[in-house]
Amino acid sequence: MSHLTPRSSFIAGCRDTIPMLVGAAPFGVIFGSLVSANLLKAWQGQLMSLSVFAGSSQFIAIGLVAAQAGLLVILFATFIVNLRHMLYAAALLPYVAHLPARWRWLLSFLMTDETFAVMNSYYRLHPQSPTGHWYFLGSGLAMYGNWQFWTLIGLLFGAIFPQLQTLGLDFAMVVTFIAIIIPQLTRLPYFGAALAAGICAYPLRGLPYKIGLLLAVLIGIGVGLALARKKPDNKVLPGAV
Amino acid sequence: MTATWINTWMIVGMAVITIFIKTVIFVLGDRITLPALLKQALGFVPVTVLTAIIVPMILAPHDKGMEFTWRNPQLVAAVVAVIVSATTRHQLLTIFIGLAVFFGWQLGVLA
Repeated sequence: MSHLTPRSSFIAGCRDTIPMLVGAAPFGVIFGSLVSANLLKAWQGQLMSLSVFAGSSQFIAIGLVAAQAGLLVILFATFIVNLRHMLYAAALLPYVAHLPARWRWLLSFLMTDETFAVMNSYYRLHPQSPTGHWYFLGSGLAMYGNWQFWTLIGLLFGAIFPQLQTLGLDFAMVVTFIAIIIPQLTRLPYFGAALAAGICAYPLRGLPYKIGLLLAVLIGIGVGLALARKKPDNKVLPGAV
Repeated sequence: MTATWINTWMIVGMAVITIFIKTVIFVLGDRITLPALLKQALGFVPVTVLTAIIVPMILAPHDKGMEFTWRNPQLVAAVVAVIVSATTRHQLLTIFIGLAVFFGWQLGVLA
């Protein structure tokens, strides 16, 4: 594959990301619809997709706005939730370290859970590819365009059907999170971490600025680390959200 | 400040934080290494954050105390969604069935 042109690598990156595009589409629509139901202006929803481009933190921000959390809590939650991107970057760094700085800025901005998954398997097969960064660009730009498009559809959809809010569209977020969480709970430390966070989140929910949410997360992480320590099988596997 | 301004600053802040997190390793390269314990802790972040957000929304959807009853459509639909997800591991199917149960329970069973 090392004789691929930049152009064909770019197209291959887009093509190999298609399943991820399909998977992300409903999340974009749900995000856009939630924006109109939760105090943000439509242009702010699109701005968030354009500039933040990290779906789970966007969902969480919307949920926290709806719960009237403070600005600092939302920013801290964004920080915590998106920290996993550092893991992705650390894993891919060996394949991009030789690139000019502008490429590294661009590719790291375009990195998401999905593109990380695509690039991780690509570099495993083609560790020496001289056009790998074009493949990366194709995958990342395809995800970016896809996310903008489906966010816009959701924004329009939510504006046309404002009664979606009173029907309880927020539950779409609950069920989406369930669909993300449950498949990740196959190993005991993850199950225990989620269980502890869930159990603590309810009684702590009344604390100001949503501090209870952060406490519940910290307790959950503590439980997860303790359980992982007990077992030899304690490899880190960041959840794909 | 108006809510619109605060929310705009929230978005700008989120963008700055996220871009910093995403780019710092690629841009600074090998000059940064994450401690092993931090890496391991980060692995637990997605499941704990998402769970901690939704549990209160399911148990107390009206923010007026625990509604641990079959008359709470959030609770019923969430239990069904957990079962569907655990047995099929299919995301879209889980979302569709969960929403169908949620709306069906409100419009059919409780109406």
